[in-house]
Amino acid sequence: MQNAGIFFDVAEIASFLVILTLLVKPLGVYMARVFEGEKVLLSPVISPIERLICRIAGIRRDDEMDWKQYALSMLVFNALGIAVLLAILLLQGMLPLNPQHLPAFSWDLAINTAVSFVSNTNWQAYGGESAASYATQMAGLTVQNFLSASTGIAVAIALIRGFARRSAQTIGNFWLDITRCALYVLLPLAFVFSIFLVSQGVIQNFSQPVKASLVEQYHSSEEKVVSEQIIPMGPVASQEAIKMLGTNGGGYFNANSAHPFENPTPLTNFFEILMMALIAASLTATFGYMVGDSKQGWAIYTAMMIIFIAAIGILYWAEASGNPILHGLGAYGPSMEGKEVRMGLGGTTLFSATTTAESCGAVNAMHDSLTPVGGMVSMTLMLLGEVVLGGVGSGLYTMLAFAITAVFIAGLMIGRTPEYLGKKIEVFEIWSSMTTILSAGIVVLVTVAIALSTEAGLSSIMNPGAHGLSEILYAYASAANNNGSAFAGLNANTVFYNLTTAAAMLVGRFVPAVAVLALSGSLVKKKYIPPSAGTLPTHQTAFVLWLVIVVMIVGALTYFPALSLGPIIEHIIMNGVR
Amino acid sequence: MDIIQKKSHKFFQKALLWSAFLDSLRKLSPRHLLRNPVMLAVELGSVVTTVNFVVGFFSRPADPAWFTGLVSVWLWLTVLFSTFAESLAEGRGKAQADSLRKTRTEVMAKKLKRPEPGAEYSLVPSDKLMKGDFVLVEANDPIPSDGEVIEGAALVDESAVTGESAPVVRESGGDRSAVTGGTKVISNHIIVRITVDPGETFLDRMICMVEGAKRRKTPNEVALEALLLAITVVFLLVVVNLNPLSAYSAHVAGRGSAVSLTVLVALFVCLAPTTIAALLPAIGIAGMDRLFQRNVIALSGKAIEAAGDVNVLLLDKTGTITLGNRQAVEFTPLGEHTDHEVAEASLMASLTDETPEGRSIVVLAKQKYNLRMHEMPAGARSIPFTAQNRMSGIDVDGQSYRKGAPDSIAKSIASQGKSVPDGLDRCLADIEGTGGTPLVVMKNDEVIGVIHLKDIVKGGIQERFAALRKMGIMTTMITGDSYLTAATIAAEAGVDDFQAQAKPEQKLHWIRGYQANGYMVAMTGDGTNDAPALAQADVAVAMNTGTQAAREAANIIDLDSNPTKLMDIVEIGKQLLMTRGSLTTFSIANDIAKYFAIIPAALFTIYPQLGVLGLMRLANPHTAILSAVIFNAIVIPLLIPLALKGVKYRPMPAEKLLIYNLLVFGAGGIIAPFIGIKLIDMAISLFV
Repeated sequence: MQNAGIFFDVAEIASFLVILTLLVKPLGVYMARVFEGEKVLLSPVISPIERLICRIAGIRRDDEMDWKQYALSMLVFNALGIAVLLAILLLQGMLPLNPQHLPAFSWDLAINTAVSFVSNTNWQAYGGESAASYATQMAGLTVQNFLSASTGIAVAIALIRGFARRSAQTIGNFWLDITRCALYVLLPLAFVFSIFLVSQGVIQNFSQPVKASLVEQYHSSEEKVVSEQIIPMGPVASQEAIKMLGTNGGGYFNANSAHPFENPTPLTNFFEILMMALIAASLTATFGYMVGDSKQGWAIYTAMMIIFIAAIGILYWAEASGNPILHGLGAYGPSMEGKEVRMGLGGTTLFSATTTAESCGAVNAMHDSLTPVGGMVSMTLMLLGEVVLGGVGSGLYTMLAFAITAVFIAGLMIGRTPEYLGKKIEVFEIWSSMTTILSAGIVVLVTVAIALSTEAGLSSIMNPGAHGLSEILYAYASAANNNGSAFAGLNANTVFYNLTTAAAMLVGRFVPAVAVLALSGSLVKKKYIPPSAGTLPTHQTAFVLWLVIVVMIVGALTYFPALSLGPIIEHIIMNGVR
Repeated sequence: MDIIQKKSHKFFQKALLWSAFLDSLRKLSPRHLLRNPVMLAVELGSVVTTVNFVVGFFSRPADPAWFTGLVSVWLWLTVLFSTFAESLAEGRGKAQADSLRKTRTEVMAKKLKRPEPGAEYSLVPSDKLMKGDFVLVEANDPIPSDGEVIEGAALVDESAVTGESAPVVRESGGDRSAVTGGTKVISNHIIVRITVDPGETFLDRMICMVEGAKRRKTPNEVALEALLLAITVVFLLVVVNLNPLSAYSAHVAGRGSAVSLTVLVALFVCLAPTTIAALLPAIGIAGMDRLFQRNVIALSGKAIEAAGDVNVLLLDKTGTITLGNRQAVEFTPLGEHTDHEVAEASLMASLTDETPEGRSIVVLAKQKYNLRMHEMPAGARSIPFTAQNRMSGIDVDGQSYRKGAPDSIAKSIASQGKSVPDGLDRCLADIEGTGGTPLVVMKNDEVIGVIHLKDIVKGGIQERFAALRKMGIMTTMITGDSYLTAATIAAEAGVDDFQAQAKPEQKLHWIRGYQANGYMVAMTGDGTNDAPALAQADVAVAMNTGTQAAREAANIIDLDSNPTKLMDIVEIGKQLLMTRGSLTTFSIANDIAKYFAIIPAALFTIYPQLGVLGLMRLANPHTAILSAVIFNAIVIPLLIPLALKGVKYRPMPAEKLLIYNLLVFGAGGIIAPFIGIKLIDMAISLFV
């Protein structure tokens, strides 16, 4: 029986990998053609809308930007996004579509939430259905889900242009890129996916919350008899689709994708996982197509998938092995604490690995209840810098910064001043790549240190011991790497955590993004050096493995002490080592 | 013949070691270390632990005094080893610079009022000579400064600069007019126009470069330093972060205490890429030095680095691919003439021809036909080779003997309304078809035969080109020969491409063409007409025998004037980069073992269970940390020889080379410290 379970789980994971890989090329090439301004399948329908929007917004399609203009546009656009969302959250009580008469967000929570959704993190220090009105969810949060995803993809495309163009000055037009991203990529996919979700039972309405009588009454903590339950309704499917596609991860409900209205069946579970990974994975093919060598894209994809498969393997093994302390009590089997039985072990671990690898942050289980090793795998996937596919756009551009670093050292080792895709890697590229790679790590190290050495930070820990340290580490890893998932068990809705995580999210998102644009601005000016027998081939096995090693080593060296005082010691203690 | 003087080079000469040691102490000054921020951080760490050690006597220290003391000592040694490596590399250059400087001793120059022989002169110290002055240099006079011979010819002993004992001819006009200050005229006298101001002579620049005094960091070195600095910042934060992490853990575990300052600093120094940061300056200096050992002076560090990147080598055929001179191998008669007749006419036509080709004709005539003619017959008139007539010979007793290039002879014949004999074209084609060069022999305006001159391809050159191809470097042969001749030699030598019927002026054009396609081009040159091309090339090697213009346009000077040297330069450039890359990988790979040694030890009081991570089973927490610190320090002097000699370059495809070096320095870098730290720990625990 157990063997059959493992068989089905492995089959589910394998089919996910196969289907994802099959989709990479078609969607990747489609996106490349969209951003190159070429005619695509949807052009006849969307092109008139694009032209109309461009006319209204005053975007001239041949207006190209250098990296500074591009970065400035990106920052202004996101700052506006934060301002608008902040206004919606603070004025929630006065806005329509609020049948539960939910009050405004507190100022610190509003700042945290605004930054969180604009930075594609979707860290939620509030409970979705009990704090945000329909208007907030739709006009505020869902809109930012589209825009933050578009921003990430646009920055990645700008970096790709830095490689693809030769001896040029400009890296594209930010306004045009985000418009095309939203119109041609995100909206059509989200439209189709939300229809599918509705067909499976995900709700989409503006109805009043439903009251349901409980089968069994119980006494609340205040000694009151509770006999009925309020079930909030709302436009869930439309938000659920983009939450996955845009690797946003902010749930409509507090329970996120563990809630049956968000993720009702194993089939929706499978497709939600697939949609999380789809765009980030396909962007590797977009990269290969735009630089004129599809093998380069596959090399990056392979490097990402090597880490991903290793991670899902360890995570699954850790959860399937269960807890030896419970085994001692006669409760054998996998660790099912905090997991939805309808998703099963495979559906849960695949979701957990994907959501942390993908910088999505949606969850269908309690990550806090994962085994120490399982929790460490999901934490590590974030701490590596969200480069295992990663967030839409951000995963690719961070991985390319890693590739530049890897090329630099490898190039030296074969006796050439290093070059990647025919572009010479010099001091400016190293500075901007290191900034991209290391900012999140620096933020995590600093914020964790602050949280552990202040009363405000320590007072939120509800699970003292090594696990409390894991919770804080997980929180800042999630914020700084723009993931958004959380180990519950840490009271995050305090002024201290709202502000420090907001700062972590801002720095973790925008410092690398600007560094990447600067990198692109430097690369785009360089002339192309044709490959020769002495050039390091960056599409072959040796380099792919080297890239994986570089990613792993940077992560390991940065976090080994913290991990050993958190999940590693938890694991050792759980296994009874004295 | 090129004589490559092997300068004696032992790594650890006693005097050199001692002066390097003294210099390394001077280099401990923080101002000097500003150039190397990673080591500066280590020095600050040493100060912190030393202060901690002293303070420990007045308060209750967290660690035993022996531990803090020894950690401090070894941290200081880490910095000292790094400055020592730099001093040692510099010291080896300085020794050479000193020997060069001796030749620069001030001399009194005979400054002429007018650039004419016999003009009045006044004695002026050599360091007062300005650009444009004229000086007279007579036999046994040292040449006071760099300049150009404008009148006369002399034998010059250049051994002070080149190490080559055979004197060379320097004469006005042509490509052998440059003279170098510090060399010595052996016979005859010359008038030299000074071409540089004091302090800027070739010798001055050489001394500067060899000494490393003016050494600027190369772009790639700066980029690597940026990478190392970024990593160091992260490690600093990791270590700072460990303090609250361990304080919290100690609190919740209810035992132990936060990691002590000494241990934090020790961890930081062990994690920071000290190995590569310590050796980085030495690697750069040593690269220059290795070139100098092969009698090559790089006028900028950038040039050596660029040499590692070269994709295209432009090589002159003559002297590089073939032996410098073509040799006559056969006389072919035409029409009714005999080969003996042709040999005789050729001999007559070559009597006054001092070129190696001319000599070889005389030798062949002597050996094969026993014809001897020792001196020129009386009344003979020599017709020298000029660019216009492109033929040479003599007129004697009313007979005229000429030899020349086929097209110029044909033109001459045609101008007299005559025609060439029937068999000529076929005969020429036959010779060119085998890669030879034909010279047409004419007696009394009648073509009587052809001399077959043959290029002799240097032995072992094919293997070198094959090795270059594996490195990803394309060789292009440049020759003034006809297409057919060029193609044959190209095939024989195994070059990738060739340019036939080339003029030196066209080199500039080709270099630009290659560069426009993104290639890095290296070339050698010696003539003034090479100067524009040298200035354009990414790596430009000028022969020391070349003209001043060529030497100024180049960024590398080959004192031996051996064109094949370019390949050595490429190799050294690659070695330089490989040494940096390999030691960086090694340095970072070491960190894994250091973590496994230090983390369980540092957290022992809080979580003794973490001991399961201590794969090395080290004696106790303090010896574990100390062992890691000691390993981190002594690996620097152990790697100094590697840094100075450079990682061996093996011509193989890039991917294979990467795998090879990753296995040696990456995997080796992971494994070596596990063994090293364990051994040191075993040794320490004998005493503790």
